[in-house]
Amino acid sequence: MAASGFFRYSSPASFYPLAGRLVPVFGWIAAILTVAGLYIGFVVAPTDFQQGESYRIIFMHVPAAWMAMFVYLVIAGWSAASLVWNTRLSAMMAQALVPTGAMFAFVSLWSGAFWGRPTWGTYWVWDARLTSTLILLFLYLGLMALRSAIEDQRRADRACAVLALVGSVNVPIIYFSVQWWNTLHQGASVSLTAAPKMAETMLAGMLVMSLAAWAYTIAVALHRVRSIILEREAHARWTQELVR
Amino acid sequence: MIEWLSMGGYAYYVWMSYGMLAIAIVLELFSLAARRRHALDQVAQYDEEAGFEEKAG
Amino acid sequence: MTAGAAIRWGLRRDLALAMRSRAEIAIVLVFFLLVTSLFPLGLDPDPALLAKIAPGIAWVAALLASLLGLPRLFAADHADGSLEQLALAAAPLPALVTGKVLAHWVATSLPLILLAPLAGIQFGLEPRLIGILIATLLLGTPVLAWLGAIGAALTLGARGGAALLALLVLPLAVPVLVFGAGAVESTRAGLGAQAHLSLLGAGAILSTVFGPFVTALAVRISFE
Repeated sequence: MAASGFFRYSSPASFYPLAGRLVPVFGWIAAILTVAGLYIGFVVAPTDFQQGESYRIIFMHVPAAWMAMFVYLVIAGWSAASLVWNTRLSAMMAQALVPTGAMFAFVSLWSGAFWGRPTWGTYWVWDARLTSTLILLFLYLGLMALRSAIEDQRRADRACAVLALVGSVNVPIIYFSVQWWNTLHQGASVSLTAAPKMAETMLAGMLVMSLAAWAYTIAVALHRVRSIILEREAHARWTQELVR
Repeated sequence: MIEWLSMGGYAYYVWMSYGMLAIAIVLELFSLAARRRHALDQVAQYDEEAGFEEKAG
Repeated sequence: MTAGAAIRWGLRRDLALAMRSRAEIAIVLVFFLLVTSLFPLGLDPDPALLAKIAPGIAWVAALLASLLGLPRLFAADHADGSLEQLALAAAPLPALVTGKVLAHWVATSLPLILLAPLAGIQFGLEPRLIGILIATLLLGTPVLAWLGAIGAALTLGARGGAALLALLVLPLAVPVLVFGAGAVESTRAGLGAQAHLSLLGAGAILSTVFGPFVTALAVRISFE
């Protein structure tokens, strides 16, 4: 009794080869978009009046920050699906996305520091978005820590799903509270969100780099989920047939 | 070319940022490959054990 | 068993258990005062500085102290198997859990709130600001209790212990910290703390409405 259409792929065994075909597709899309985005960012976009060439960091800093946020929401989506429909594959997709989301959060913070130094004199500024991204990084690390602390995979799936959902409800509240805290305490308007007045090319560059990051994330997550499937199904016949 | 690399004097900041991005991506890709290798090894190991059981049984 | 009866049952049982381990609770309270005492020692005990940082420090100390007491919430019952019994019982698990969390709050957070004025005095906080601090703690500690209960249930029997629990709960507690300490700051600045207290109150209500069900789910998950 084969499942029809889209749901045919909801079993790990049938999703595995599909994911395998998609990885190179998204990988190439990511590579091409990255080249295009960097070209726009470094060649086409004009030098900023106030910040000189240092502003070009935004072409990776802002997309990375966006990705850290969006990936967390996608993880929450897969987590909800795994709890509601009790599907293993949804939980595996959530698991596959976490390291990449954490990577983007870290890269966003690092580049934020190196953008802040020449622009406002210090490596770290407690601006609303950077601080929220820092907390987001802690949320990612919490997911990874909980995953590794629970031995039983299915239990880990469900525990991480609950944590991801509780976290995702909190994320807007956290962003809001940090924004509030930030506006209260800002003396000078030191804010990385008050970016230089955007020329159209700058926006285009950030958009293309964001799309590149999306494609990269999909490729990486699909590759990672294939390994997760193999790990979990190592005892099953179909994986053994595969390896022979 | 050198002028472009020096990024109007901001070379250190720009390249430290993009450099970290490059390092992070490379590390992630390496870890993906390592994880896949490890997973395939696990499957092969189970296959071997299953083979022994079949012979014994 | 009705939900109300289940809540009362859980509350009575856990309060009785808490009474038997008064020493453990006392330690949490001492910890709170110890943490607040460390800050002036690590900083310049300039009265103006201390009064300025007092709300933030009191709140951070309250956060850390509340984390300390959390593992007790489920660990003992989990260890002797009675938690599993509760999960299988006819009474609704969310109600039983509410009783436990309520008992936990009464036993650990309430004494802490009563001690908070001491911390305020340590830092030279004026009486009306101490009053605001108490109000924020009254509204904020229930949120911490529910966040902590969910964390404690998720980490039952997992490796990593208290540190893992802290990593999970503290980031989620940031809004409570911001609005709690911010309320005192705002009052000091003459802007009033209405908004902060309203937000904290909303948080208390929401966490009490949803907390029992999420915690019960987390408890069930730990029995997979």
